[in-house]
Amino acid sequence: MIGYPAKLLEILLTPLAAFLLAGMLFGLQRRLAARLQSRLGPPLWQPFLDLAKLLAKESRLTNPWLAVCPRLQLAAATVALVLFVLRSDLLVILFVHMAGGSFLVVGGLGSTSPYSQCAGQRQLWQMFAAETILFLLAAALYMTTGSFGLEPLYTLQQPLLLRLPLMFAAYLVALAIKMRKSPFDFAGADHSHQELVGGVLTDYSGRHLALAEVAHWFEVVLYLAFGTLFWTTDFAGGLLLALASFLTVNLLDNSTARLTWRWLLTRSWLAAVSLAVLNLLLLGV
Amino acid sequence: MMEKIIGFSRRKSPWLLHFDCGSCNGCDIETVAALTPVYDVERFGVVNVGNPKHADILLVTGTVNQRNQRVLATLYQQMPAPKVVVAIGACGLSGGIFRQAPNVVGGVDRVIPVDVYIPGCPPRPEAIIDAVLLAVEKLDAGGKKTSVEKR
Repeated sequence: MIGYPAKLLEILLTPLAAFLLAGMLFGLQRRLAARLQSRLGPPLWQPFLDLAKLLAKESRLTNPWLAVCPRLQLAAATVALVLFVLRSDLLVILFVHMAGGSFLVVGGLGSTSPYSQCAGQRQLWQMFAAETILFLLAAALYMTTGSFGLEPLYTLQQPLLLRLPLMFAAYLVALAIKMRKSPFDFAGADHSHQELVGGVLTDYSGRHLALAEVAHWFEVVLYLAFGTLFWTTDFAGGLLLALASFLTVNLLDNSTARLTWRWLLTRSWLAAVSLAVLNLLLLGV
Repeated sequence: MMEKIIGFSRRKSPWLLHFDCGSCNGCDIETVAALTPVYDVERFGVVNVGNPKHADILLVTGTVNQRNQRVLATLYQQMPAPKVVVAIGACGLSGGIFRQAPNVVGGVDRVIPVDVYIPGCPPRPEAIIDAVLLAVEKLDAGGKKTSVEKR
């Protein structure tokens, strides 16, 4: 009975902690990109300022779905995060997250903007690419612990990274796709790296855009949390590994030029999935 | 308290939309130069968004003519309030050397309300950054509420 208030506190604190962490991480990556281009860059808390401004800006809708989609996506991402913190079942977490993520596609296709339509299609491909890798990760967890639950992972004697090094490489690809980082930023078209000037968020404005942005923050935190699963023997190790993955993806973003979605699917995704499957086979040996 | 936070965030996070309204590209080169490492306007939170629905400040270079005045008005209408407009260069201010041409309507303010004018042919990047920061102050005050007038 004593566990309940603590659990409730955990549930309430998770979104708050994720919000603060994600804002700082997104500020850090803008600053990092600026430094790599010998610029000073914006302050670390810039994402929070952008968010406050967007919330106070006029919000227009071209389609009511644009108001519904970011809210559902945010709700799903929050639930998935809380489930992760409560060490629930990885498959459940993945399904909840996927259900929410699909609303980004619905929002994109719900707009009349051709940029948004095109990016909606690409977002589907990206979801397909990233989620397959994560499901293979879930399969690997099952093969090592005999359960899809996260709890048994925390009783392992040695870090999972030592048994799943190839899976970790595949995870980095999934993380880059989720973070909308070059070379995988087709749907977001966030940084004008792509041939499209706008992405799925083209028709969003004001607080709808702000909520879509927070949903994206939460999803990235969730993906970074998946990274900590590779090092569950001590907390600091997992945290460092997630931070290292985050920095690696950012370095990749700043050192690669634009690529096409065909490249994503044929080369990098196939390579990542092959690595993951190879690792699964090695586990079976 | 809320007003202060909103005002502060508005001043610190101006997102730009740059529209070349028939400029010779001289002003555009100077405008884009402000985003480069030399001037680095991103340190003020400025982002070149390329989407009117996300933008706070509309930067317009070049003369307005009969063909593109409709595009300019549409872009302005698509921006959510509060919003401000900065007209860049002699052409944006009055039509410049093209003023007397039969197809030229004139400066940007013939079509949409302009908040900040930057003279020069072309103006220096420093002047453009200065104007953007001046526009940011006007944005904090709420910007002009007037809608597009047909001329």
